Amino acid sequence: MAAADKVDPIHQFQIHPIIPLHIGGYDVSFTNSALFMVVTVLVASAFLYMSTASRALIPGRLQSVSEMAYEFVGNMLRDAAGKQGMQFFPLVFSLFMFVLVANLIGLFPYFFTVTSHIIVTFTLAALVIGTVIVYGFAKHGLGFLKLFVPHGVPGYLLPLVVAIEVISFVSRPVSLSVRLFANMLAGHITLKVFSGFVVSLSALGAVGIAGSVLPLAMAVALTALELLVAFLQAYVFAVLTCMYLNDALHPSH
Amino acid sequence: MFVTSAYAQETAPAAAEGDTHAGTAVPAAEHETFPPFNAATFPSQILWLVITFGLFYLFLKRVVMPRLGGIIDVRNDRITQDLDHAARLKGEADAAVAAYEQELAEAKANANKIGQQANDAAKAEAEGTRKKLEAELEKKLGEAEASIASIKAKAMKEVGTIAEDTTSAIVEALVGGKADKSEVAAAVKSASR
Repeated sequence: MAAADKVDPIHQFQIHPIIPLHIGGYDVSFTNSALFMVVTVLVASAFLYMSTASRALIPGRLQSVSEMAYEFVGNMLRDAAGKQGMQFFPLVFSLFMFVLVANLIGLFPYFFTVTSHIIVTFTLAALVIGTVIVYGFAKHGLGFLKLFVPHGVPGYLLPLVVAIEVISFVSRPVSLSVRLFANMLAGHITLKVFSGFVVSLSALGAVGIAGSVLPLAMAVALTALELLVAFLQAYVFAVLTCMYLNDALHPSH
Repeated sequence: MFVTSAYAQETAPAAAEGDTHAGTAVPAAEHETFPPFNAATFPSQILWLVITFGLFYLFLKRVVMPRLGGIIDVRNDRITQDLDHAARLKGEADAAVAAYEQELAEAKANANKIGQQANDAAKAEAEGTRKKLEAELEKKLGEAEASIASIKAKAMKEVGTIAEDTTSAIVEALVGGKADKSEVAAAVKSASR
């Protein structure tokens, strides 16, 4: 059982309270998940704050990284949602930085991956879709519903098309959150399984140690892949956010 | 495998105690459900996510993004300014080059003109001198020819007397007596014909 515990790939996702806290019958303890949310925010904030502290005209390496992230997200939002979309720049930039840093921090051994929990990604996705809905109705009123009625569709097809549009809109927060959650979860499980093979095989003696080279190489390759996935998923999350915000700005497509 | 024993023991009390100990369900549930789907951890995660992400959003919006935007704006302004400056300097340089080239062309034209004038003047002077010299030479030649002609005529005139003298001398030497002067003169005249 001890050996089984060691290579249990699910163990890394467990949440345990650090400071127990109960409010109104809800368990809102400060958990390891909350701790890593704080760490994520502190690391991201400290990096962005300190790398730009000198406000150098000719940026150093770290300032360049901050500026690149800023302009990368800015261009992404401008391309997807136009100049009007820039009012959501702080939101998209915070989402991108939060998801990116959370994903990257999760890659460290023994660190908790905040984005590997569906509720976290779903809350972020709900924030995006909530912003879209609230802003859409506030700006266009009922005209926002034109989002579900594409132009140039013949009348007899309209009910079907509208139904499809509604379903696709409703599934957005789900797909947005599940994509990020599932990628992080699957990646970390795979990493853990291959690393577990290394440990288990090494316990079998000389042959096992020789054989453990393969899963070790695999774990190294997977770490590189996970690094890519960490960036990619943060990017995908931000891009989709931009596209959904574009719908709020220009509902009649 | 490790789940089964714990699962069997803990499901029953957890179910019996129900909602009153919803909070304690967190550690108990660790062995029951797949952690990401354990709803007992949701309130805590949502609350702390809202707090941390909210603070993060405010910090980025209030502090980091104005600063980053400012840095990039200042740089863009500076680049535009420098480009303008460079364009202005280039314009000035172009104008200077144009002015220089114009002056060069003018100077060249002037030099050509001066050279041409000097050339013409020199040519004219040389021509004048040549003509004068030619005229002088012509005159001297004429004088020389005239003096040659007069000398020749004089010599030709004297040839007769010399011949007569010579003839009378030869006759005297050969014949031995004085020859008649007029006869000698006539003989020389007919012989020199």
